[in-house]
Amino acid sequence: MSDHDYRPKSKVGQWFNDRLPLLTLANHLTDYPTPKNLNYWWTFGGILTFCLITQIVTGLTLAMHYIAHADMAFESVEHIMRDVNYGWLIRYIHANGASMFFLAVYIHIFRSLFYGSYKSPREIIWILGIIIYLLMMAAAFMGYVLPWGQMSFWGATVITNLFSAIPLVGEGIVTWLWGGYSVDNPTLTRFFTLHYLIPFLILGLVVLHIWALHVPGNNNPVGIDIKKPSRDTVPFHPYIVIKDGFALLMFMIVFAFFVFYAPNILGHADNYIEANPMVTPAHIVPEWYLLPFYAILRSVPDKLLGVVAMLSAILILAVLPWLDTSKIRSAVFRPLYKQFYWILVADVLILGYVGAMPAEGLYLLIARVATAYYFLHFLVILPVLGFKEKTLPVPLSITEPVLGGSPNLAAARDKESKIE
Amino acid sequence: MNSYINYFKSKRDNNKSYLKCLKKKTKRRDFLFTATTAVGAVGAAAVVWPMIDQMNPDASVKALASTEVDISSLTPGNTLTVLWRGKPVFIRRRTQEEIDEARSVKMEDLIHPEKDEDRAKNPEWLVMLGVCTHLGCVPLNDKGDYNGWFCPCHGSHYDTSGRIRKGPAPWNMEVPKYEFINANTIKIG
Repeated sequence: MSDHDYRPKSKVGQWFNDRLPLLTLANHLTDYPTPKNLNYWWTFGGILTFCLITQIVTGLTLAMHYIAHADMAFESVEHIMRDVNYGWLIRYIHANGASMFFLAVYIHIFRSLFYGSYKSPREIIWILGIIIYLLMMAAAFMGYVLPWGQMSFWGATVITNLFSAIPLVGEGIVTWLWGGYSVDNPTLTRFFTLHYLIPFLILGLVVLHIWALHVPGNNNPVGIDIKKPSRDTVPFHPYIVIKDGFALLMFMIVFAFFVFYAPNILGHADNYIEANPMVTPAHIVPEWYLLPFYAILRSVPDKLLGVVAMLSAILILAVLPWLDTSKIRSAVFRPLYKQFYWILVADVLILGYVGAMPAEGLYLLIARVATAYYFLHFLVILPVLGFKEKTLPVPLSITEPVLGGSPNLAAARDKESKIE
Repeated sequence: MNSYINYFKSKRDNNKSYLKCLKKKTKRRDFLFTATTAVGAVGAAAVVWPMIDQMNPDASVKALASTEVDISSLTPGNTLTVLWRGKPVFIRRRTQEEIDEARSVKMEDLIHPEKDEDRAKNPEWLVMLGVCTHLGCVPLNDKGDYNGWFCPCHGSHYDTSGRIRKGPAPWNMEVPKYEFINANTIKIG
């Protein structure tokens, strides 16, 4: 790459860049060679950056009006909704923004699963992503507690009680987390503090995530290594910038639909009732993006093992690069994996559905089967598939599938295979 | 030529003594390094502990340790729910049938074996934390397969003694410390 040779044109630029090479960085980001066959599934990285910034900006403005106190939090949220200029808009963007953030992150994760983006040499990018995802869940959970409605209160109670499953020290940890003997004001103020902190931790990790990405460069739909820069790449600006920008606009249409036409459809009516420690809502459900893991928790009849299963379901993703033994990245060339991939997608959607239903009868049975299959996919199917599957031949370059009929290319391929 | 050789020889010898000297100095530095790390670690731990402990229940929370409840209006077959340390406490005035049902259960049928006699000293009055031992929801009165309580969150069934009979909860509902101050008043805590 030409990064190191970069010299700003202007004298001032040179003077500045010699002291702090920010312009070199900007140049690297502009020229960054990107595979030219990236499809729209690759635009979610940019969309996610937008989501993070939206959450931080709307969150900061909400924090100017919100009061983190058990007696006033609920009212201050209503105050934001009714009295604060555009408060309703800012809060609806923030609340629905969380859902949009998770929608985008799930597409981003399943993109990686389909195209094998987590495989060598991109394991660190993947693991950083999983840490970001964990932090996102923590931030979303604590943010949901802040309005101090019934779902806030009981969601906080149920989730913090997960720690009581730890033998011996569990109860002590829960009391410590609460700062009392139940979820109360001390819990609210510390959740507010952490909810404020976590997005900035995520921002730092995103920088590392992108840094780690820029070392090997992007994976691509055919999943082969490419030379950079070469005829297989295009500079990030303007090609990818405009494509990301277009996708972002499409995404914002969906976002705006929820904010303006269905702002409460993803929430629970119970959260417009102020927290009451005496009454548990008849049906406690977490936000939609946590439902698959909630289903796994409930499908295990033992308390400790349920918690262990739920955590394992997330943490198993961190070791995915080593569980998937196949050398071929993209599912395009893995006929069997492609089918198992879609079964996994269906499995997670089913888990999400039964997670929203009462844990009894047929729903419980389905949840148990789906939970078992989830672990089977990662612990048995993926490792075995790498050895058993007969993969399709991968192209030599990104250009080949596009210009497959070109006589020149066929000749070139012939030549290369002779050299081998 | 010889002078060159001598030069290098002398240089080598110099190096040797220099290395020896370095070795000695490294030992002193090792000591300094270990001592600094040890003191630093103790100091860090001493500073970290207040940071962790500040999250534990504070004095004002601990001060709300007990609560007195007037139970004179409670008729048999009804439950009073009061708040104690932020948690609901069920005070149930049990009917004779409920008492009989609770006392006739065999110990081997229980997930968390406890005698009803130990849970309710005065058989008519059952006092316990209205908190499901699974994940902390408040169970519903007069519901479930055992005529006691049912937790709507994850489906735990409790009997008329508040003992777990079915579902994911691991223990019976907890009986707090309480005493009858007089016939009409219970002090919890």
